[in-house]
Amino acid sequence: MPTLNHYLVLSAVLFSIGTAGVFLRRNLITLLLSIEIMLNAVNLTFVAVGRYLGSVDGQIIVFFVMTVAAAEAAVGLAIVIALFRHRETLNPDAFTSLRW
Amino acid sequence: MDLIVFYILATVMVLASLLVVGQRNPMYSVLLLILSFMALSALYVQLDAPFMAVTQIIIYAGAIMVLFLFVVMLLNVPREEPAAPDPTRPFIGAGVRRLGLVLSLALVVELVWALRRLGSAPLGAEAGELSSVRAIGRVLFTEHAFAFEVTSVLILVAMVGAVVLARKEA
Repeated sequence: MPTLNHYLVLSAVLFSIGTAGVFLRRNLITLLLSIEIMLNAVNLTFVAVGRYLGSVDGQIIVFFVMTVAAAEAAVGLAIVIALFRHRETLNPDAFTSLRW
Repeated sequence: MDLIVFYILATVMVLASLLVVGQRNPMYSVLLLILSFMALSALYVQLDAPFMAVTQIIIYAGAIMVLFLFVVMLLNVPREEPAAPDPTRPFIGAGVRRLGLVLSLALVVELVWALRRLGSAPLGAEAGELSSVRAIGRVLFTEHAFAFEVTSVLILVAMVGAVVLARKEA
């Protein structure tokens, strides 16, 4: 049987991969995908700890995190489309001014 | 046996996530992330959370990732341009990015080290009520009913916001 620590370590590794993605990539879509990886790492922690404590609340929180992730993806991608329309690029380094 | 399944799923997840981050083509990134979410949903099954496993597939793989795929195809920018060094902006470039990689590695070492010190805590043998949709529904619609209703407002606001932002002359 995998113990709680197995899940927590896996979640830590995934969260760090997501962080590395946010630092390393120069593509707004990949940045959003990295954020999704981080959210899912946290979700795994919630479910594992909820299972460990014998509480349903872990799964409930994951449900809310998923809802927020859906809203974030919709708004984030809309912003990406609006930015791409202005600059024809997805490189975040190209967007340095607040208005143009 | 369970441990072997866990290690297989964990390997799939970590490799797929690494490839998501390492990929230059966002199309492959999205598809690999769906693979990673499939493995995660299998892990949820192993954790006696079948409802979460199904939700993971339906909402993440089915809705959110399709949205990403739509945008990737719509914008049609398959590749990331190589970085051009710019001396006027020292905080943008390869050196800073390497520092970010070091920070991420430090984060994983630190987290794993801290978790190793916890010792091993076995999960309870019996999942009991935890895996039933009935228990989740009861708690969701009694204790967390207010949060649930606020969620619907959040989705509405996100929908209106997305439409306004993506409009032609926003």
